[in-house]
Amino acid sequence: MGFDVESYLKEQKSGEVVLYYKGNIDSDVINHVLDTVEDKLIQRNEQAKLRKKVYNVLVESLQNLYHHVDKVPKDFEDQSAEKYGLLMVKKIENGYLIITGNFIKKENIEKLEERIKRINRSSQEEIKELYKFILNHQRITNKGGGGLGLVDIARKTGNKLEYQFKEYDNEHAFFYLNILVDNSEQ
Amino acid sequence: MEPIIIEGTAKTPSVRFDANAGIFEIKGRSIPENSVEFYKPIVEWLDKYKENPLSRTEVNIRLEYFNTSSSKCILDIFKKLEAIHKAKNEVQINWYYEEDDEDMLEAGEDYESIIRVPFKMIEISD
Repeated sequence: MGFDVESYLKEQKSGEVVLYYKGNIDSDVINHVLDTVEDKLIQRNEQAKLRKKVYNVLVESLQNLYHHVDKVPKDFEDQSAEKYGLLMVKKIENGYLIITGNFIKKENIEKLEERIKRINRSSQEEIKELYKFILNHQRITNKGGGGLGLVDIARKTGNKLEYQFKEYDNEHAFFYLNILVDNSEQ
Repeated sequence: MEPIIIEGTAKTPSVRFDANAGIFEIKGRSIPENSVEFYKPIVEWLDKYKENPLSRTEVNIRLEYFNTSSSKCILDIFKKLEAIHKAKNEVQINWYYEEDDEDMLEAGEDYESIIRVPFKMIEISD
């Protein structure tokens, strides 16, 4: 099994890589990634609407990593990263593909997968109601997240969340999330 | 009562709540990792203002981006304003959004449907 990020990334939709990062996800990294991607989208003269959606989705996906990743396995090559995550932003035909990756303990897979499935089987209208319900009824957890990140991403993109859990060892898997931000609905 | 004034940063908005004028403003980006920490003093300030509010309070929200953890804190602020409104004071929330930014308009409409305070959606055109 093990860890073959590169081959996973190669299997995904082809396109120009706007940004690729793997390592510790801290506040400075988040700032840097956001600034870099924002500048690149402006350089590419992307429409404000698409730019804002990409930015919003990046904020939520990076902060999901920041708040929720599980610790890296003990034999993992990069032990320096307290919050290890991966991020790739790719320019594809009519938008951007944002891929994130992080370790997850196997016992946490079921809960996460159930949340994603719930979002993916909901209509846009249901997602909007779900967002409002969580906003109004759930407190912010001590981890800082509000349980709204994935719902917000699905709402803003209008696309299903694509994901995979790749086994790493007996206790850990690596979780990939592919988010498509495109212009297709407009 | 002293106003609460916070300068904006790349990740946090500028905040200017003036109790003497009854004009409150939040402007810029609100995307910190720890939103609760940022908004706590504002919510506490509102708790004090709530005890003795002006008969009219106008609130201007001009956000370019906000993350989901800020969205809950903004709701907390609006709930304080709702309590002021409920105590028979006039409160008006002006929600600004840039032209074509439907997501920001929808976010304002979400709050409008949850909070019982008059909202005004104002489009900013360049």
